[in-house]
Amino acid sequence: MKRSAREDAASTRRLTRRALLIGGAQVAFGGMLALRMRYMQVDQADEFRLLAEENRVKVRLFPPARGALFDRNGAVIAKNEPSYRIIITPEDAGDVEMVIRRLSHLIDLDPEDLAKARKEIAQNAPFRPVTLADRVSWEAISRVAVNAPALPGITPEVGLSRQYPLGPDLAHVAGYVGPVSDYDLSKIDAPDQLLLIPRFQIGKVGVEAKLEDDLRGKAGNKQVEVNSAGREMRELNRREGQPGANLQLTIDHRLQNYVQARLGRESAAAVIIDCDSGDILCAASAPSFDPNLFVRGISVRDYRELTENKYRPLANKAVQGLYPPGSTFKMVTVLAALEAGEVTPEETVYCPGHMEVANRRFHCWKRAGHGQVDLMASLRESCDVYYYELALRVGIEKISAMAEKLGLGQRYDLPMSAIARGRAPTKDWKKQNFDQDWVVGDTVNASIGQGFVLASPLQLAVMTARMASGNHVAPRLIKSVDGVEQPIEAATPLDINPNHLRMVRRAMYSVTNHRKGTAYKSRIIADAMHMAGKTGTSQVRNITAEERRRGVTRNEDLPWERRDHALFVNFAPYNNPKYAVAVVVEHGGGGSTAAAPIARDITLQALYDGEPPLEAYPKAARSKVKAQQERLRRERRDFLNRESDRA
Amino acid sequence: MSYLEYAVKTVPSGLRKVLYLNWPLVLLLTAVCSVGFMMLYSVAGGSFDPWAEAQMKRFGLGMVVMFVVAMVPIWFWRNLAGVAYLASLALLLFVEFFGAVGMGAQRWIDLGFMRLQPSEMAKITVVMLLAAYYDWLPTKKVSNPIWVAIPVFLILLPTALVLKQPDLGTSLLLVFGGAAIMFFAGVHWGYFAAVIGIGVGLITAVFQSRETPWQLLKDYQYRRIDTFLDPASDPLGAGYHITQSKIALGSGGWTGRGFMQGTQSRLNFLPEKHTDFIFTTLAEEFGFVGGFSLLSLYLLIILFCVASAIANRDRFASLLTLGIAVTFFLFFAVNMSMVMGLAPVVGVPLPLVSYGGSSMLVLLGAFGLVQSAHVHRPR
Repeated sequence: MKRSAREDAASTRRLTRRALLIGGAQVAFGGMLALRMRYMQVDQADEFRLLAEENRVKVRLFPPARGALFDRNGAVIAKNEPSYRIIITPEDAGDVEMVIRRLSHLIDLDPEDLAKARKEIAQNAPFRPVTLADRVSWEAISRVAVNAPALPGITPEVGLSRQYPLGPDLAHVAGYVGPVSDYDLSKIDAPDQLLLIPRFQIGKVGVEAKLEDDLRGKAGNKQVEVNSAGREMRELNRREGQPGANLQLTIDHRLQNYVQARLGRESAAAVIIDCDSGDILCAASAPSFDPNLFVRGISVRDYRELTENKYRPLANKAVQGLYPPGSTFKMVTVLAALEAGEVTPEETVYCPGHMEVANRRFHCWKRAGHGQVDLMASLRESCDVYYYELALRVGIEKISAMAEKLGLGQRYDLPMSAIARGRAPTKDWKKQNFDQDWVVGDTVNASIGQGFVLASPLQLAVMTARMASGNHVAPRLIKSVDGVEQPIEAATPLDINPNHLRMVRRAMYSVTNHRKGTAYKSRIIADAMHMAGKTGTSQVRNITAEERRRGVTRNEDLPWERRDHALFVNFAPYNNPKYAVAVVVEHGGGGSTAAAPIARDITLQALYDGEPPLEAYPKAARSKVKAQQERLRRERRDFLNRESDRA
Repeated sequence: MSYLEYAVKTVPSGLRKVLYLNWPLVLLLTAVCSVGFMMLYSVAGGSFDPWAEAQMKRFGLGMVVMFVVAMVPIWFWRNLAGVAYLASLALLLFVEFFGAVGMGAQRWIDLGFMRLQPSEMAKITVVMLLAAYYDWLPTKKVSNPIWVAIPVFLILLPTALVLKQPDLGTSLLLVFGGAAIMFFAGVHWGYFAAVIGIGVGLITAVFQSRETPWQLLKDYQYRRIDTFLDPASDPLGAGYHITQSKIALGSGGWTGRGFMQGTQSRLNFLPEKHTDFIFTTLAEEFGFVGGFSLLSLYLLIILFCVASAIANRDRFASLLTLGIAVTFFLFFAVNMSMVMGLAPVVGVPLPLVSYGGSSMLVLLGAFGLVQSAHVHRPR
C-alpha cells in the first residue's frame, strides 16, 4: 500500500516516541523490582532468614522413660512396656479408606479405635499422623511391615506404654496413667513440651498423679533439618533426656494381694501400717478395678460400669472413705478422760441399758444393760453408757484434742488421691458449719464415735499404731526415690501418760482374748502373736420406730445401703506391737462378725509373711478358716504361681 | 515503507548475514540461558539430571531455530503472519478438545519428543499478525474505530481460548502484548484510557460475581487473589507458595547463601522450584547481587530490542521487535513480581531460565525474528 512520505515520517516519529516511552516504563518497572528485591533481601533479610531457619530446623522430642514403681521388696507395681502402634499419615496414604480396608484384612482393627482415628483424620491437617491401632502384637506389626508397599502412609511405631502387672491389687494406691487430656493441660500453667505430644501418658490418679513430676523425667530432643514434607534430612544437634525416677513404695505387694482377695466382693477397706516406721504395708480398697484399662483411655462402657457400680470401685476407701468410727473411737474417749483425770481405771459406772441426757434417752447397744462396768469391762464389752458418762465429764473439746493427737481429723501428707480429712468435731466447728450451738447430746454421740465424728480407715490404723507404740507414728508411702531411702519421721513419744496407754491396750487385749470380749471369736492363739483390738459398729441411720413396728429390728433386715458399717482396729503382737490394722466393711453389719475375722486373717498374714498355720487360730474357727484359706489359694493361684516362679 | 522498496543490495546475503546479527543480543540471551542451566543444576541438588541437561539440549535446538529464523528474510515472516496466527488458533482449539490435562489445565499437546504448548506460540503469532496488520494499514486509519476493533478481535480470539484452558498468566500476556503493538502503531491513547477504565469495571465485576453461579474465574483463581492480598490467611494452603517464596528470597541477603547452599529450595519448601519459582532459588543462593544481575540482563535485552526497533525503518520489523520485547518483558516482570509477592501466582515462567521446552523454543524463535528484522533492516 502506497503512503506519503510525510505521513510515514510522522508515524515513525510517533513509533519512536512511544517505543522510548514504553522502553522507559519497562526499565522503570525493572528498577522498581530491583528496589523491592533490595528491600526484601537487604532490609528485611534478618527477618526472612529467621523464618527460613524456623522452616528448616525442627525440634523432635524423645519422651523419657517413665519411672517404674516397685513394692517394698522390689516387686514391680508399674513398668513400661514396648508398645507397638500403627500410624497413618493421611497425606501419604492418599485414599485413606482404601488403605484402612487393606489393613483390616491383615490385622484386627477395633471399630471404636477406627472411629476415633477417622474423627482425628477429619479434624487434623493431612500431614499429621494419626494412631489407627494401639498395643498391637508383634506378629501384627511384622505382618504390616511385610506388606508395607501395599499400605502407603502406614507406619508401625514402637513406643513405651504403662503396664500394671498386679492389675487391680494396687489400682487405688499406685493409680494409673492415661492419655493427656485438654482438661489436664488446662490445669497446668506452662505445660512441658512433652504433654503436647498426642496421647502422651501422664498420671491421672494415685502415686502416678501425685508424683508425676518425679516419675515423668525430662525429655531429650534433637534438632533436625527437615524438608517441606517433614522428612528428616540430617541431625544437627542432640540432647539426651533423663528418665523418670523409680519409686519404691512401702507397700508389700503380697500382703496387698492377700488382703484384696480376703476383702473379696465386700465393699470394704483395710489398712496395715508398721507401728514403728509408719510404713503403709497395705492399703486395700474393695472392690477394685484394672488400672490397665485406663492406660489407653478407657471405653465409655467400661467406665460407666465402674461409675455406676454401687460399691464404688473407683473410690480409694482406705483414705477417701469416711465412716463414723463407732466403738473404735471409745479408746479416744477413755484416753481423754484418763488424761483429764476425770476417771480412774477402777472406777465403775452403772449401765442400765440407757442414759437420760437433756431429756433424751441414749441407749446402750445392750438394751438389758451391762450393770457395773469399769474401764476394762466397758471396752471389752463395748458398753456405751460408760462412755456417755465419761463424755459428759470430759467435754467434747478434750475428746477432739485427743482424737487429733491420735491422728484423726487431719490430712496426712501422702501421695495419694482424694485423701479425706475426717472430722474431730469441736464446738467452734459446729458453730461455723451449721450455725448451731453444740449441744450435750452431740458430745454423747461423739463419745461412741457417732454423730459428727468421721474417720478414714487409714486414720484409724494410724490411731491404733499410735496407741500401740505410744509414739507419734506418721504414715509413709514412699520408701525410696531412685534408690535413695526417704526419711522416716523420728518417732517422738505421744504426750500421753504411758500408763494410761498401757491400760487401754490391756482393755483392747481383753476384747479379743477375754471370753466375754466382743471379738473373742477372732482371737489369735499363736504364742507371742496375740492381738489386741476393738470392734465398731457404726450406724448409718437409726432404725425408725415405724420400722420397729413393722418388725424390723435386726440389721440384716434392712436394705444394704442402710445397714451398719462394720469396723475393727487392732494391733499385734500384743507384747511387742508391730502391725496396726484397721478394717471397715461398708454396711457389713456388726464389727465383731464382719470386720474382726478379716482383721485377724490379714494380721496373721502379715505376722507370718504368708499363709499362717491353722494352729494360730482357735480350735473352733479352724475348719472355717481352712475352707477359707483353700478358697483364697484358688483365687490367688495365678498370683501365687507367678510369685513362686520369681522366687 | 514496504519490502519492495528495500534497497536489496544493501541487505547482506548468504552466510555473510551471520556477521550482521545482533551479536550482543545473542550473547545476552546465552548469558540468561546459562543462568538457567546453573540454577536447574542447583535445584536438582547438584545434578544435570533431570533438568539442566534437557534444558541445554533445548537451548541448543532453540539456538539453531533462532539462527534459521534469523537467516530467513523478515518479509517472508511478515507474509507468513496470517498463516501462523491461524495455525496457532487451530492448535488452541485442538488442545481445547484433545489436549492432555496437566496441573488442572488443558495446555499442551504431547508430540512425543516434546510437549507443545500452543498458548506459547500464540503469544508470538498474535504479535506477528498485529505487526503485519499495522504495516499494511495506512497510518491515518490507525485510530479509526473499525480498524481498531479488528486487532482487538484478533487479540481476544486466542485470549478467550487460552483463558478457557484456564491459563490466566498467558491470557494476560496476550492481551498486554497485543495492546502494546497497538500502542506502538499509534492508536490514539484515548482508546487505552477507555480500556483501562473498562478493565477496572471488569475487575469489579469479577469480584462481584464471586460465589454466584456465573462467577467469572475458577475458585482457585479467586483464592490466589485472596492469598495474594493476604498470604498469611492460609499459610499451609493457598498462601504457602508465596510465603515460602518470600522467605527463601528474603533470606538470601546481599550475596546469598552461595551456589547450591539454598536451604529452602533444597529442602523442597519451595514449590515449582525448577519452573515458576526458579528466580527464588537464584535470589536465595546469590542474594541481591545475583537477582539484580539477572534483572539487568533482562533489561539489557529489552533495551537492545528497543534500540534495534527504533533504528529499523521498516514498520513491520519495528513493531514486531517491540512487540516481542514487550512480551518478553511481561514474562519476567510478572514472574518476578509473583515470587516477590507483588502479584498473584498466575503461573508465568521466568523466560529462558525456567525449565520448559516450548517456552524456550518459542522465545528463541521469537528472538530469531528480532534478529531477522535486524539483519534485513533497510539501510
